Amino acid sequence: MSKVNLYKFSAPATFYGLAGQMIPGFAILSAILFAAGLYISFFVAPTDAQQGEAYRIIFIHVPAAWMSMFIYVVMAVYSGIGLAFNTRLSAMMAQALAPTGALFCFIALFTGSFWGKPMWGAWWVWDARLTSQLILFFLYIGFISLQAAIEDPKRADRAGALIALVGVINVPIIYFSVKWWNTLHQGASISFSKAPTMAHTMLAGMLVMAVACWTYTIAIALYRVRLIILERERHTTWASEILGGAK
Amino acid sequence: MKILAWVVKRDLLLAMRRKSDVLTTLFFFVIMASLFPLGVGPEPQLLKQMGPGVVWVAALLASMLSLGRLFSADYADGTLEQMLLCPESLALIVLAKAAVHWITAELPLVAFAPLLGLQFGLSEQALWVLIASLLIGTPVLSLVGSIGASLTLGLRGGGVLVSLLVLPLYIPTLIFGAGAVDASTSGLGAQGHLSILGALLVLSLLATPKAAAAALRISLE
Repeated sequence: MSKVNLYKFSAPATFYGLAGQMIPGFAILSAILFAAGLYISFFVAPTDAQQGEAYRIIFIHVPAAWMSMFIYVVMAVYSGIGLAFNTRLSAMMAQALAPTGALFCFIALFTGSFWGKPMWGAWWVWDARLTSQLILFFLYIGFISLQAAIEDPKRADRAGALIALVGVINVPIIYFSVKWWNTLHQGASISFSKAPTMAHTMLAGMLVMAVACWTYTIAIALYRVRLIILERERHTTWASEILGGAK
Repeated sequence: MKILAWVVKRDLLLAMRRKSDVLTTLFFFVIMASLFPLGVGPEPQLLKQMGPGVVWVAALLASMLSLGRLFSADYADGTLEQMLLCPESLALIVLAKAAVHWITAELPLVAFAPLLGLQFGLSEQALWVLIASLLIGTPVLSLVGSIGASLTLGLRGGGVLVSLLVLPLYIPTLIFGAGAVDASTSGLGAQGHLSILGALLVLSLLATPKAAAAALRISLE
């Protein structure tokens, strides 16, 4: 792709159309992958020798946890671009991604506790990963509520971008401090790090689910960014034409 | 450097004219820490174990509640805009303001912390470590808090919002601050924790004034 194209599509008006064309593809792909992934995880993947059927929750748990961390980084990258080059679309993308990131974060925590109850006998332990995931969830909530609290979209974009960047610098600090805190507090006896090697079908199921989550994220973020673009650009001619046509 | 001294002097003078602000924060801290034994029961062993954590959490909340004062008065009367316009470095001004916040809101807490520590039955050695950890750790709270305070400047419900933004960022300081006391009472020695607190302080001294200055420019645009 040449540079000219990139600049062209960084304008909300043109990106609106492009996003509209991209959404169906990613949505269909995501539906197919979810179906395939769920099939593999429920019918193909063998029952785990140690954990029985309960382990199957990892097929949604692990991809959700991956996505929640990855989306935060993507958000921070968009925020950085938005602050550096003053591109409105980057901030809109960051804003569109945040709810999905928070959702995945919540799914990871929720499914994790459902797995923890039969496996560890507790809904929650103060394990380093659980704790840092919880804090990541708080960071998402902070970002979303800051953006929601500011009326002026330009200020909301830039303030959100700044807090996302501050957050992303803090994520490793928080992770390591929580990890160290956890090892000092003898408490948690469970470790994720020495997981038994997985059967190939299990790994395949997890990867398919992960790609499904990716495509879902892309589709839903583009959908959301289209709405944000329309809302912000409602005073322009092209947007009011679309809005008028929709009525 | 001159601007730094000037802002510190001016803000300290303003703070001294309104001593009640300082006292309110201090008493919030004392009341908050005194509530815990009432909630969990007077068992000395339990209180001894909880003490450092409770004092630290109380310091965290007290510091966060007073963050609103950091910029709001100057924002309301327009001084802050003049500061943004003046050719001096805005980051230095923010640094000075954070320093004054530390002196007025947190230094009194540090002075009172041993008293609360005694209430929780901490040993003398633990009290010294508690003071040291608070002395090194609380400036981090002011510095990190200045980002949250400047982002939420002039927003409705800014006070609640600032807690959502700032408290997750306070977590490392809490962990190593309270951890230092725990480590020293369990015989591990507090030096490791205090060193990390020091590292956090240096990092936030370098990074947060610039970030908070950028945030102020965003908020006042």
